[in-house]
Amino acid sequence: MSTATPAVSVDGLVMRYGDKLAVDGLSLEVARGSITAVLGPNGAGKTTTLETCEGYRVPQQGTVRVLGLDPQRDRAALLPRIGVMLQSGGAWSGVRALEMLEHMASLHAHPLDTTMLSERLGLGDCGRTPYRRLSGGQQQRLGLAIALVGRPELVFVDEPTAGMDPQARRTTWELLEEIRGDGVTVVLTTHHMDEAEHLADRIHIVDRGRVITSGTPGELTRDGRTATIRLVVNRPFPDGAPESLRAELGPDTEVRQLDEVSMLIHGPADSMTLGRVSRWCEEHDVLPQTLNLGQRTLEDVFLELTGRELAS
Amino acid sequence: MTTSTFTPAPGGARLSRMVLAQSRMEARLMLRNGEQLLLAIVIPVIVLVGGVAAADRIGIDLDGHRAVDILAPGVLALAVMSTAFTSVAIATGFERRYGVIKLLGSSPLPRSGLLLGKVLALLNVVALQLVVLVAVGLALGWEPTLAHPPRSLVALTLAVCLGTAAFAALGLFVAGVLRAEATLALANLVYLLLMAGGGVVLPTSTYGAASSLIAWLPSGALGEAVRAALVDASIDGRSLLVLAGWAVVGAVLTARTFRWE
Repeated sequence: MSTATPAVSVDGLVMRYGDKLAVDGLSLEVARGSITAVLGPNGAGKTTTLETCEGYRVPQQGTVRVLGLDPQRDRAALLPRIGVMLQSGGAWSGVRALEMLEHMASLHAHPLDTTMLSERLGLGDCGRTPYRRLSGGQQQRLGLAIALVGRPELVFVDEPTAGMDPQARRTTWELLEEIRGDGVTVVLTTHHMDEAEHLADRIHIVDRGRVITSGTPGELTRDGRTATIRLVVNRPFPDGAPESLRAELGPDTEVRQLDEVSMLIHGPADSMTLGRVSRWCEEHDVLPQTLNLGQRTLEDVFLELTGRELAS
Repeated sequence: MTTSTFTPAPGGARLSRMVLAQSRMEARLMLRNGEQLLLAIVIPVIVLVGGVAAADRIGIDLDGHRAVDILAPGVLALAVMSTAFTSVAIATGFERRYGVIKLLGSSPLPRSGLLLGKVLALLNVVALQLVVLVAVGLALGWEPTLAHPPRSLVALTLAVCLGTAAFAALGLFVAGVLRAEATLALANLVYLLLMAGGGVVLPTSTYGAASSLIAWLPSGALGEAVRAALVDASIDGRSLLVLAGWAVVGAVLTARTFRWE
Protein backbone atom coordinates (compact mmCIF):
# COMPACT_ATOMS: atom_id res chain seq x y z
CA MET A 1 0.00 0.00 0.00
CA SER A 2 1.46 3.31 -1.02
CA THR A 3 1.66 6.02 1.60
CA ALA A 4 0.42 8.42 -1.03
CA THR A 5 -3.07 6.98 -0.61
CA PRO A 6 -4.94 9.29 1.73
CA ALA A 7 -5.72 7.82 5.15
CA VAL A 8 -9.36 8.65 4.59
CA SER A 9 -11.19 9.71 1.49
CA VAL A 10 -14.89 10.43 1.47
CA ASP A 11 -16.47 11.38 -1.82
CA GLY A 12 -20.03 12.60 -2.24
CA LEU A 13 -21.37 10.81 0.84
CA VAL A 14 -25.13 11.02 1.31
CA MET A 15 -26.83 9.63 4.42
CA ARG A 16 -30.48 9.98 5.25
CA TYR A 17 -32.43 8.92 8.37
CA GLY A 18 -36.03 8.74 7.30
CA ASP A 19 -36.87 12.21 5.99
CA LYS A 20 -33.86 13.82 7.57
CA LEU A 21 -30.81 14.40 5.42
CA ALA A 22 -27.89 13.91 7.83
CA VAL A 23 -25.06 14.01 5.29
CA ASP A 24 -25.59 15.84 2.02
CA GLY A 25 -22.87 15.06 -0.50
CA LEU A 26 -19.95 15.40 1.87
CA SER A 27 -16.40 15.05 0.51
CA LEU A 28 -13.14 15.25 2.41
CA GLU A 29 -9.65 13.78 2.52
CA VAL A 30 -7.33 13.10 5.40
CA ALA A 31 -3.57 12.98 4.83
CA ARG A 32 -1.54 10.28 6.56
CA GLY A 33 0.27 11.30 9.71
CA SER A 34 -1.88 14.37 10.25
CA ILE A 35 -4.40 15.49 12.80
CA THR A 36 -7.54 16.43 10.92
CA ALA A 37 -10.46 18.08 12.63
CA VAL A 38 -14.02 17.84 11.41
CA LEU A 39 -15.51 20.92 13.00
CA GLY A 40 -19.14 21.85 13.09
CA PRO A 41 -22.20 22.36 15.25
CA ASN A 42 -24.10 19.45 16.77
CA GLY A 43 -26.22 17.73 14.14
CA ALA A 44 -23.95 18.79 11.27
CA GLY A 45 -23.33 15.17 10.24
CA LYS A 46 -19.90 14.70 11.82
CA THR A 47 -20.65 11.53 13.75
CA THR A 48 -22.57 9.94 10.89
CA THR A 49 -19.62 10.55 8.57
CA LEU A 50 -17.20 9.07 11.10
CA GLU A 51 -19.41 6.03 11.65
CA THR A 52 -19.49 5.39 7.93
CA CYS A 53 -15.68 5.42 7.89
CA GLU A 54 -15.64 3.01 10.83
CA GLY A 55 -17.87 0.57 8.98
CA TYR A 56 -20.92 1.01 11.23
CA ARG A 57 -23.06 2.49 8.47
CA VAL A 58 -23.39 1.65 4.80
CA PRO A 59 -23.01 4.71 2.54
CA GLN A 60 -26.32 5.38 0.80
CA GLN A 61 -24.55 7.32 -1.94
CA GLY A 62 -20.93 8.16 -2.56
CA THR A 63 -17.78 6.28 -1.69
CA VAL A 64 -15.73 5.97 1.45
CA ARG A 65 -12.19 4.59 1.57
CA VAL A 66 -10.16 4.20 4.73
CA LEU A 67 -6.46 3.27 4.39
CA GLY A 68 -7.40 2.49 0.81
CA LEU A 69 -9.99 -0.09 1.91
CA ASP A 70 -13.76 -0.24 1.71
CA PRO A 71 -15.03 -0.23 5.32
CA GLN A 72 -17.88 -2.56 4.36
CA ARG A 73 -16.29 -5.05 1.97
CA ASP A 74 -12.84 -5.10 3.59
CA ARG A 75 -14.09 -4.84 7.16
CA ALA A 76 -12.02 -7.73 8.54
CA ALA A 77 -8.80 -6.33 7.06
CA LEU A 78 -9.51 -2.76 8.10
CA LEU A 79 -10.70 -3.08 11.70
CA PRO A 80 -7.40 -4.29 13.22
CA ARG A 81 -5.66 -1.25 11.71
CA ILE A 82 -7.92 1.46 13.14
CA GLY A 83 -8.78 2.62 16.63
CA VAL A 84 -12.19 4.01 17.48
CA MET A 85 -13.23 6.24 20.34
CA LEU A 86 -17.01 6.44 20.57
CA GLN A 87 -18.72 9.64 21.62
CA SER A 88 -19.93 7.88 24.75
CA GLY A 89 -20.23 4.48 26.37
CA GLY A 90 -18.72 1.32 25.00
CA ALA A 91 -18.03 -0.53 28.26
CA TRP A 92 -19.99 -2.84 30.54
CA SER A 93 -21.30 -0.96 33.56
CA GLY A 94 -19.68 -3.37 36.03
CA VAL A 95 -16.30 -3.72 34.35
CA ARG A 96 -13.28 -2.14 36.06
CA ALA A 97 -11.44 0.52 34.09
CA LEU A 98 -8.13 -1.32 33.76
CA GLU A 99 -9.87 -4.65 33.23
CA MET A 100 -11.72 -3.18 30.24
CA LEU A 101 -8.50 -1.77 28.81
CA GLU A 102 -6.72 -5.10 29.27
CA HIS A 103 -9.56 -6.92 27.59
CA MET A 104 -9.39 -4.67 24.54
CA ALA A 105 -5.60 -5.08 24.53
CA SER A 106 -5.99 -8.87 24.47
CA LEU A 107 -7.87 -8.62 21.15
CA HIS A 108 -4.75 -7.20 19.46
CA ALA A 109 -1.49 -8.76 18.33
CA HIS A 110 0.95 -6.12 19.62
CA PRO A 111 -0.92 -4.02 22.18
CA LEU A 112 0.56 -1.16 24.14
CA ASP A 113 1.45 -1.67 27.79
CA THR A 114 -1.85 -1.01 29.56
CA THR A 115 -0.24 0.25 32.78
CA MET A 116 1.81 2.82 30.89
CA LEU A 117 -1.19 3.88 28.83
CA SER A 118 -3.55 4.26 31.77
CA GLU A 119 -0.95 6.28 33.65
CA ARG A 120 -0.37 8.51 30.65
CA LEU A 121 -4.08 9.23 30.60
CA GLY A 122 -4.31 9.82 34.33
CA LEU A 123 -6.33 6.66 34.91
CA GLY A 124 -3.81 5.17 37.35
CA ASP A 125 -5.97 5.97 40.38
CA CYS A 126 -9.20 4.56 39.06
CA GLY A 127 -8.00 1.29 37.50
CA ARG A 128 -10.17 -0.79 39.82
CA THR A 129 -13.20 1.52 39.70
CA PRO A 130 -16.25 0.07 37.93
CA TYR A 131 -17.06 1.89 34.70
CA ARG A 132 -20.39 3.21 35.95
CA ARG A 133 -18.62 5.04 38.82
CA LEU A 134 -16.06 6.78 36.61
CA SER A 135 -16.60 10.50 36.01
CA GLY A 136 -17.54 11.60 32.50
CA GLY A 137 -13.99 12.79 31.90
CA GLN A 138 -12.51 9.50 33.12
CA GLN A 139 -14.84 7.55 30.82
CA GLN A 140 -13.66 9.74 27.93
CA ARG A 141 -10.00 9.09 28.76
CA LEU A 142 -10.63 5.35 29.02
CA GLY A 143 -12.33 5.54 25.63
CA LEU A 144 -9.25 7.19 24.18
CA ALA A 145 -6.99 4.57 25.78
CA ILE A 146 -9.12 1.83 24.21
CA ALA A 147 -8.81 3.49 20.81
CA LEU A 148 -5.01 3.56 21.12
CA VAL A 149 -4.23 0.27 22.85
CA GLY A 150 -4.06 -1.81 19.66
CA ARG A 151 -1.36 0.46 18.17
CA PRO A 152 -3.49 1.51 15.20
CA GLU A 153 -2.34 3.40 12.12
CA LEU A 154 -5.40 5.61 12.24
CA VAL A 155 -7.67 6.65 15.09
CA PHE A 156 -11.13 8.16 14.90
CA VAL A 157 -11.97 10.16 17.99
CA ASP A 158 -15.46 11.56 18.35
CA GLU A 159 -15.59 14.67 20.57
CA PRO A 160 -12.52 13.50 22.54
CA THR A 161 -12.55 16.15 25.25
CA ALA A 162 -16.30 16.49 25.89
CA GLY A 163 -16.85 16.55 29.64
CA MET A 164 -13.15 16.90 30.51
CA ASP A 165 -11.78 19.49 32.89
CA PRO A 166 -9.23 21.95 31.43
CA GLN A 167 -6.25 19.98 32.68
CA ALA A 168 -7.43 16.63 31.32
CA ARG A 169 -8.19 18.43 28.08
CA ARG A 170 -4.63 19.70 27.83
CA THR A 171 -3.22 16.24 28.65
CA THR A 172 -5.39 14.75 25.93
CA TRP A 173 -4.25 17.33 23.40
CA GLU A 174 -0.61 16.63 24.26
CA LEU A 175 -1.19 12.90 23.86
CA LEU A 176 -2.87 13.36 20.47
CA GLU A 177 0.07 15.51 19.34
CA GLU A 178 2.50 12.85 20.56
CA ILE A 179 0.81 10.01 18.68
CA ARG A 180 0.82 12.12 15.53
CA GLY A 181 4.57 12.56 16.11
CA ASP A 182 4.87 8.77 16.24
CA GLY A 183 3.13 8.41 12.88
CA VAL A 184 -0.49 7.80 13.81
CA THR A 185 -3.14 9.59 11.76
CA VAL A 186 -5.84 11.23 13.86
CA VAL A 187 -9.33 12.18 12.72
CA LEU A 188 -11.29 14.03 15.36
CA THR A 189 -14.69 15.62 15.44
CA THR A 190 -15.28 18.60 17.64
CA HIS A 191 -17.53 21.57 18.03
CA HIS A 192 -14.86 23.47 19.95
CA MET A 193 -13.04 25.93 17.70
CA ASP A 194 -10.14 26.23 20.10
CA GLU A 195 -9.61 22.47 19.98
CA ALA A 196 -9.53 22.44 16.20
CA GLU A 197 -7.37 25.55 16.05
CA HIS A 198 -4.89 24.21 18.59
CA LEU A 199 -4.57 20.62 17.38
CA ALA A 200 -5.41 20.28 13.75
CA ASP A 201 -3.10 20.35 10.76
CA ARG A 202 -6.16 20.62 8.62
CA ILE A 203 -9.74 21.56 9.42
CA HIS A 204 -12.90 20.68 7.54
CA ILE A 205 -15.78 22.88 8.65
CA VAL A 206 -19.03 20.98 8.28
CA ASP A 207 -22.52 22.40 8.34
CA ARG A 208 -25.81 20.73 7.42
CA GLY A 209 -24.11 17.63 6.06
CA ARG A 210 -21.59 19.37 3.81
CA VAL A 211 -18.02 20.58 4.06
CA ILE A 212 -18.35 24.33 3.71
CA THR A 213 -14.66 25.09 3.79
CA SER A 214 -11.33 23.34 4.41
CA GLY A 215 -7.81 24.48 5.16
CA THR A 216 -5.10 24.80 7.74
CA PRO A 217 -6.02 26.93 10.76
CA GLY A 218 -3.77 29.66 9.34
CA GLU A 219 -5.38 29.59 5.91
CA LEU A 220 -8.86 29.70 7.35
CA THR A 221 -8.25 32.66 9.63
CA ARG A 222 -5.99 34.71 7.33
CA ASP A 223 -7.17 37.49 5.00
CA GLY A 224 -10.56 37.81 6.53
CA ARG A 225 -13.01 40.33 5.23
CA THR A 226 -14.31 40.80 8.75
CA ALA A 227 -12.85 41.25 12.17
CA THR A 228 -13.95 41.36 15.75
CA ILE A 229 -13.36 44.65 17.49
CA ARG A 230 -13.45 44.76 21.24
CA LEU A 231 -14.38 48.09 22.73
CA VAL A 232 -14.11 48.92 26.43
CA VAL A 233 -14.90 52.44 27.63
CA ASN A 234 -14.35 54.45 30.82
CA ARG A 235 -17.98 54.75 31.92
CA PRO A 236 -21.33 53.09 31.19
CA PHE A 237 -22.72 53.38 27.68
CA PRO A 238 -25.86 55.50 27.24
CA ASP A 239 -29.15 53.64 26.61
CA GLY A 240 -29.55 52.33 23.08
CA ALA A 241 -25.81 52.40 22.49
CA PRO A 242 -25.58 49.19 20.40
CA GLU A 243 -28.31 50.38 18.03
CA SER A 244 -26.84 53.82 17.59
CA LEU A 245 -23.36 52.38 17.01
CA ARG A 246 -24.70 49.99 14.40
CA ALA A 247 -26.43 52.89 12.65
CA GLU A 248 -23.08 54.67 12.56
CA LEU A 249 -21.20 51.65 11.20
CA GLY A 250 -23.63 50.47 8.57
CA PRO A 251 -25.58 47.29 7.78
CA ASP A 252 -22.56 44.90 7.48
CA THR A 253 -21.87 45.23 11.17
CA GLU A 254 -23.05 43.40 14.23
CA VAL A 255 -22.81 44.94 17.65
CA ARG A 256 -23.22 43.07 20.90
CA GLN A 257 -23.05 44.70 24.28
CA LEU A 258 -21.22 42.45 26.76
CA ASP A 259 -21.68 44.55 29.89
CA GLU A 260 -22.23 48.21 30.70
CA VAL A 261 -18.75 49.27 29.55
CA SER A 262 -17.82 46.77 26.83
CA MET A 263 -19.03 45.77 23.39
CA LEU A 264 -18.02 43.34 20.65
CA ILE A 265 -18.25 44.65 17.13
CA HIS A 266 -18.23 42.32 14.19
CA GLY A 267 -17.58 44.14 10.97
CA PRO A 268 -15.34 44.97 8.03
CA ALA A 269 -11.66 44.78 8.97
CA ASP A 270 -10.57 48.27 7.95
CA SER A 271 -9.42 51.52 9.49
CA MET A 272 -12.61 53.26 8.44
CA THR A 273 -14.54 51.10 10.88
CA LEU A 274 -12.09 51.88 13.67
CA GLY A 275 -12.34 55.58 12.86
CA ARG A 276 -16.13 55.47 13.02
CA VAL A 277 -16.10 53.66 16.36
CA SER A 278 -13.73 56.28 17.67
CA ARG A 279 -15.91 59.15 16.39
CA TRP A 280 -19.04 57.56 17.88
CA CYS A 281 -17.30 57.41 21.29
CA GLU A 282 -16.43 61.09 21.03
CA GLU A 283 -20.01 62.00 20.15
CA HIS A 284 -21.36 59.99 23.08
CA ASP A 285 -18.82 61.35 25.53
CA VAL A 286 -17.18 58.02 26.45
CA LEU A 287 -13.46 57.40 26.33
CA PRO A 288 -12.21 54.16 24.72
CA GLN A 289 -9.82 52.37 27.04
CA THR A 290 -9.54 49.33 24.79
CA LEU A 291 -10.17 49.47 21.07
CA ASN A 292 -8.80 46.22 19.85
CA LEU A 293 -8.98 44.77 16.34
CA GLY A 294 -8.97 41.05 17.08
CA GLN A 295 -7.61 38.30 14.90
CA ARG A 296 -10.14 36.49 12.83
CA THR A 297 -11.23 33.28 14.51
CA LEU A 298 -12.83 30.10 13.21
CA GLU A 299 -15.98 31.43 14.81
CA ASP A 300 -15.84 34.37 12.41
CA VAL A 301 -15.25 32.02 9.49
CA PHE A 302 -18.27 29.96 10.42
CA LEU A 303 -20.41 33.05 10.94
CA GLU A 304 -19.39 34.47 7.56
CA LEU A 305 -20.17 31.26 5.71
CA THR A 306 -23.43 30.36 7.41
CA GLY A 307 -24.75 33.53 8.99
CA ARG A 308 -25.02 31.58 12.24
CA GLU A 309 -22.85 31.12 15.27
CA LEU A 310 -20.98 27.89 15.80
CA ALA A 311 -21.50 27.80 19.55
CA SER A 312 -23.81 24.92 20.31
CA MET B 1 15.47 0.19 15.27
CA THR B 2 14.13 2.79 17.62
CA THR B 3 10.40 3.02 17.85
CA SER B 4 8.48 5.53 19.83
CA THR B 5 5.75 4.54 22.19
CA PHE B 6 2.84 4.84 19.80
CA THR B 7 4.50 3.78 16.54
CA PRO B 8 1.78 1.82 14.74
CA ALA B 9 1.95 -1.98 14.97
CA PRO B 10 -1.61 -2.95 14.20
CA GLY B 11 -3.07 -6.43 14.03
CA GLY B 12 -5.68 -8.64 15.61
CA ALA B 13 -4.87 -11.41 18.06
CA ARG B 14 -5.45 -15.02 16.97
CA LEU B 15 -9.17 -15.80 16.77
CA SER B 16 -8.95 -18.52 19.44
CA ARG B 17 -7.24 -16.09 21.80
CA MET B 18 -9.85 -13.40 21.18
CA VAL B 19 -12.74 -15.83 21.72
CA LEU B 20 -11.24 -17.13 24.97
CA ALA B 21 -10.61 -13.60 26.21
CA GLN B 22 -14.19 -12.62 25.38
CA SER B 23 -15.68 -15.69 27.07
CA ARG B 24 -13.57 -15.20 30.21
CA MET B 25 -14.62 -11.57 30.39
CA GLU B 26 -18.32 -12.35 29.98
CA ALA B 27 -18.27 -15.21 32.47
CA ARG B 28 -16.49 -13.00 35.01
CA LEU B 29 -19.00 -10.19 34.59
CA MET B 30 -21.93 -12.62 34.87
CA LEU B 31 -20.59 -14.06 38.12
CA ARG B 32 -19.78 -10.63 39.51
CA ASN B 33 -23.28 -9.29 38.98
CA GLY B 34 -25.40 -9.76 42.08
CA GLU B 35 -28.75 -10.07 40.33
CA GLN B 36 -27.38 -12.60 37.88
CA LEU B 37 -25.92 -14.64 40.73
CA LEU B 38 -29.28 -14.51 42.45
CA LEU B 39 -30.88 -16.02 39.37
CA ALA B 40 -28.09 -18.47 38.70
CA ILE B 41 -27.54 -19.96 42.15
CA VAL B 42 -29.58 -18.47 44.98
CA ILE B 43 -33.08 -18.93 43.60
CA PRO B 44 -32.49 -22.53 42.42
CA VAL B 45 -31.00 -23.44 45.83
CA ILE B 46 -33.97 -21.87 47.64
CA VAL B 47 -36.42 -23.70 45.39
CA LEU B 48 -34.63 -27.01 45.98
CA VAL B 49 -34.20 -26.68 49.75
CA GLY B 50 -37.65 -25.15 50.25
CA GLY B 51 -39.35 -27.67 47.98
CA VAL B 52 -37.77 -30.66 49.67
CA ALA B 53 -38.51 -29.30 53.16
CA ALA B 54 -42.13 -28.58 52.25
CA ALA B 55 -42.64 -31.98 50.64
CA ASP B 56 -41.13 -33.70 53.68
CA ARG B 57 -43.39 -31.83 56.07
CA ILE B 58 -46.54 -32.56 54.09
CA GLY B 59 -45.28 -36.05 53.45
CA ILE B 60 -46.05 -36.17 49.74
CA ASP B 61 -44.19 -37.98 47.07
CA LEU B 62 -44.18 -37.28 43.35
CA ASP B 63 -45.03 -39.98 40.82
CA GLY B 64 -44.04 -42.55 43.39
CA HIS B 65 -40.59 -40.98 43.87
CA ARG B 66 -39.16 -39.14 46.82
CA ALA B 67 -39.58 -35.39 46.39
CA VAL B 68 -35.83 -34.70 46.32
CA ASP B 69 -35.27 -37.17 43.48
CA ILE B 70 -37.77 -35.28 41.30
CA LEU B 71 -36.98 -31.76 42.47
CA ALA B 72 -33.19 -31.97 42.12
CA PRO B 73 -33.26 -32.65 38.34
CA GLY B 74 -35.99 -30.02 37.99
CA VAL B 75 -33.82 -27.43 39.68
CA LEU B 76 -30.89 -28.28 37.39
CA ALA B 77 -33.20 -27.54 34.45
CA LEU B 78 -34.31 -24.30 36.14
CA ALA B 79 -30.68 -23.23 36.51
CA VAL B 80 -30.00 -23.81 32.81
CA MET B 81 -33.10 -21.79 31.91
CA SER B 82 -32.22 -18.89 34.22
CA THR B 83 -28.73 -18.46 32.82
CA ALA B 84 -29.32 -19.28 29.18
CA PHE B 85 -32.49 -17.23 28.87
CA THR B 86 -32.82 -14.56 31.54
CA SER B 87 -29.16 -13.75 32.17
CA VAL B 88 -28.24 -13.81 28.49
CA ALA B 89 -31.19 -11.63 27.53
CA ILE B 90 -30.53 -9.04 30.24
CA ALA B 91 -26.76 -8.95 29.74
CA THR B 92 -27.07 -8.63 25.97
CA GLY B 93 -29.81 -6.01 26.25
CA PHE B 94 -27.57 -3.81 28.37
CA GLU B 95 -24.55 -4.50 26.17
CA ARG B 96 -26.53 -3.01 23.30
CA ARG B 97 -27.66 -0.10 25.44
CA TYR B 98 -24.18 0.74 26.75
CA GLY B 99 -22.57 0.51 23.32
CA VAL B 100 -20.41 -2.49 24.29
CA ILE B 101 -21.42 -4.42 21.21
CA LYS B 102 -20.83 -1.31 19.12
CA LEU B 103 -17.32 -0.83 20.49
CA LEU B 104 -16.48 -4.51 20.02
CA GLY B 105 -17.79 -4.09 16.47
CA SER B 106 -14.83 -1.81 15.75
CA SER B 107 -12.32 -4.21 17.32
CA PRO B 108 -10.64 -7.12 15.54
CA LEU B 109 -13.09 -9.55 17.21
CA PRO B 110 -15.54 -10.61 14.49
CA ARG B 111 -19.22 -10.99 15.30
CA SER B 112 -19.01 -14.77 15.00
CA GLY B 113 -16.20 -14.66 17.57
CA LEU B 114 -18.33 -12.53 19.87
CA LEU B 115 -21.19 -15.03 19.63
CA LEU B 116 -18.84 -17.97 20.22
CA GLY B 117 -17.37 -16.20 23.24
CA LYS B 118 -20.87 -15.71 24.64
CA VAL B 119 -21.71 -19.39 24.16
CA LEU B 120 -18.50 -20.51 25.91
CA ALA B 121 -19.09 -18.11 28.81
CA LEU B 122 -22.62 -19.39 29.10
CA LEU B 123 -21.57 -23.05 29.14
CA ASN B 124 -18.96 -22.28 31.78
CA VAL B 125 -21.46 -20.60 34.05
CA VAL B 126 -23.99 -23.41 33.51
CA ALA B 127 -21.35 -26.01 34.39
CA LEU B 128 -20.53 -24.13 37.57
CA GLN B 129 -24.22 -23.93 38.51
CA LEU B 130 -24.68 -27.65 37.94
CA VAL B 131 -21.72 -28.47 40.20
CA VAL B 132 -23.10 -26.34 43.03
CA LEU B 133 -26.67 -27.58 42.66
CA VAL B 134 -25.72 -31.24 42.37
CA ALA B 135 -23.72 -30.86 45.59
CA VAL B 136 -26.67 -29.22 47.36
CA GLY B 137 -28.99 -31.94 46.03
CA LEU B 138 -26.73 -34.75 47.22
CA ALA B 139 -26.46 -33.09 50.62
CA LEU B 140 -30.26 -33.15 50.82
CA GLY B 141 -30.27 -36.87 50.19
CA TRP B 142 -30.81 -36.91 46.42
CA GLU B 143 -30.14 -40.31 44.86
CA PRO B 144 -30.00 -40.02 41.08
CA THR B 145 -30.68 -43.27 39.28
CA LEU B 146 -27.67 -45.50 38.76
CA ALA B 147 -29.51 -47.89 36.44
CA HIS B 148 -27.36 -46.99 33.44
CA PRO B 149 -24.87 -44.21 34.26
CA PRO B 150 -23.42 -43.78 30.72
CA ARG B 151 -26.89 -43.37 29.27
CA SER B 152 -27.85 -40.93 32.02
CA LEU B 153 -24.76 -38.89 31.30
CA VAL B 154 -25.41 -38.76 27.54
CA ALA B 155 -29.05 -37.88 28.12
CA LEU B 156 -28.14 -35.14 30.60
CA THR B 157 -25.48 -33.66 28.32
CA LEU B 158 -27.89 -33.60 25.38
CA ALA B 159 -30.62 -32.03 27.49
CA VAL B 160 -28.34 -29.34 28.93
CA CYS B 161 -26.75 -28.46 25.56
CA LEU B 162 -30.01 -28.36 23.60
CA GLY B 163 -31.77 -26.55 26.45
CA THR B 164 -28.99 -23.98 26.59
CA ALA B 165 -29.12 -23.50 22.82
CA ALA B 166 -32.92 -23.12 22.78
CA PHE B 167 -33.09 -20.65 25.66
CA ALA B 168 -30.04 -18.66 24.60
CA ALA B 169 -31.44 -18.24 21.09
CA LEU B 170 -34.75 -17.04 22.55
CA GLY B 171 -32.95 -14.76 25.02
CA LEU B 172 -30.90 -13.16 22.25
CA PHE B 173 -34.06 -12.69 20.20
CA VAL B 174 -35.72 -10.75 23.04
CA ALA B 175 -32.55 -8.72 23.72
CA GLY B 176 -32.12 -7.90 20.05
CA VAL B 177 -35.54 -6.36 19.46
CA LEU B 178 -36.52 -4.73 22.75
CA ARG B 179 -35.02 -1.88 24.72
CA ALA B 180 -32.83 -2.89 27.65
CA GLU B 181 -35.45 -2.07 30.32
CA ALA B 182 -38.18 -3.93 28.46
CA THR B 183 -35.85 -6.90 28.05
CA LEU B 184 -35.10 -6.87 31.78
CA ALA B 185 -38.79 -6.85 32.65
CA LEU B 186 -39.86 -9.45 30.10
CA ALA B 187 -36.97 -11.84 30.75
CA ASN B 188 -37.70 -11.84 34.49
CA LEU B 189 -41.45 -12.20 33.97
CA VAL B 190 -41.07 -15.11 31.57
CA TYR B 191 -38.63 -16.75 33.98
CA LEU B 192 -41.10 -16.49 36.87
CA LEU B 193 -44.03 -17.73 34.80
CA LEU B 194 -42.08 -20.68 33.46
CA MET B 195 -40.66 -21.51 36.87
CA ALA B 196 -44.18 -21.61 38.32
CA GLY B 197 -46.12 -23.08 35.45
CA GLY B 198 -43.69 -24.21 32.76
CA GLY B 199 -43.00 -27.77 33.80
CA VAL B 200 -39.37 -27.09 34.73
CA VAL B 201 -39.21 -27.81 38.45
CA LEU B 202 -42.27 -30.07 38.62
CA PRO B 203 -43.05 -32.76 36.05
CA THR B 204 -45.48 -31.70 33.32
CA SER B 205 -47.75 -34.55 34.44
CA THR B 206 -48.53 -32.61 37.61
CA TYR B 207 -50.26 -29.87 35.61
CA GLY B 208 -53.38 -31.93 34.80
CA ALA B 209 -55.21 -30.89 31.64
CA ALA B 210 -52.48 -28.41 30.65
CA SER B 211 -49.74 -31.02 30.77
CA SER B 212 -49.69 -31.90 27.07
CA LEU B 213 -49.44 -28.21 26.14
CA ILE B 214 -46.67 -27.58 28.70
CA ALA B 215 -44.62 -30.45 27.29
CA TRP B 216 -44.29 -28.41 24.08
CA LEU B 217 -42.80 -25.43 25.89
CA PRO B 218 -39.00 -25.27 25.97
CA SER B 219 -39.21 -25.21 29.77
CA GLY B 220 -41.36 -28.35 29.96
CA ALA B 221 -39.22 -30.15 27.39
CA LEU B 222 -36.01 -29.27 29.24
CA GLY B 223 -37.44 -30.35 32.60
CA GLU B 224 -38.70 -33.64 31.19
CA ALA B 225 -35.43 -34.40 29.39
CA VAL B 226 -33.35 -33.80 32.53
CA ARG B 227 -35.72 -35.85 34.68
CA ALA B 228 -35.68 -38.68 32.12
CA ALA B 229 -31.87 -38.70 32.35
CA LEU B 230 -31.60 -38.63 36.13
CA VAL B 231 -34.78 -40.40 37.28
CA ASP B 232 -35.23 -43.11 34.64
CA ALA B 233 -31.80 -43.24 32.98
CA SER B 234 -33.53 -42.78 29.65
CA ILE B 235 -33.16 -40.46 26.68
CA ASP B 236 -36.39 -38.51 26.13
CA GLY B 237 -36.16 -38.17 22.35
CA ARG B 238 -39.41 -36.26 22.00
CA SER B 239 -38.39 -33.56 24.49
CA LEU B 240 -34.94 -33.25 22.93
CA LEU B 241 -36.58 -32.73 19.52
CA VAL B 242 -38.84 -30.06 21.00
CA LEU B 243 -35.78 -28.28 22.39
CA ALA B 244 -33.97 -28.53 19.05
CA GLY B 245 -37.05 -27.08 17.37
CA TRP B 246 -37.09 -24.10 19.74
CA ALA B 247 -33.37 -23.59 19.18
CA VAL B 248 -33.94 -23.37 15.42
CA VAL B 249 -36.94 -21.04 15.82
CA GLY B 250 -34.98 -18.82 18.21
CA ALA B 251 -31.90 -18.74 15.99
CA VAL B 252 -33.90 -17.84 12.88
CA LEU B 253 -35.83 -15.10 14.72
CA THR B 254 -32.60 -13.71 16.16
CA ALA B 255 -30.76 -13.77 12.84
CA ARG B 256 -33.67 -11.94 11.17
CA THR B 257 -34.24 -9.28 13.78
CA PHE B 258 -31.13 -8.72 15.90
CA ARG B 259 -29.82 -5.16 15.86
CA TRP B 260 -26.27 -4.73 17.09
CA GLU B 261 -26.89 -1.23 18.41
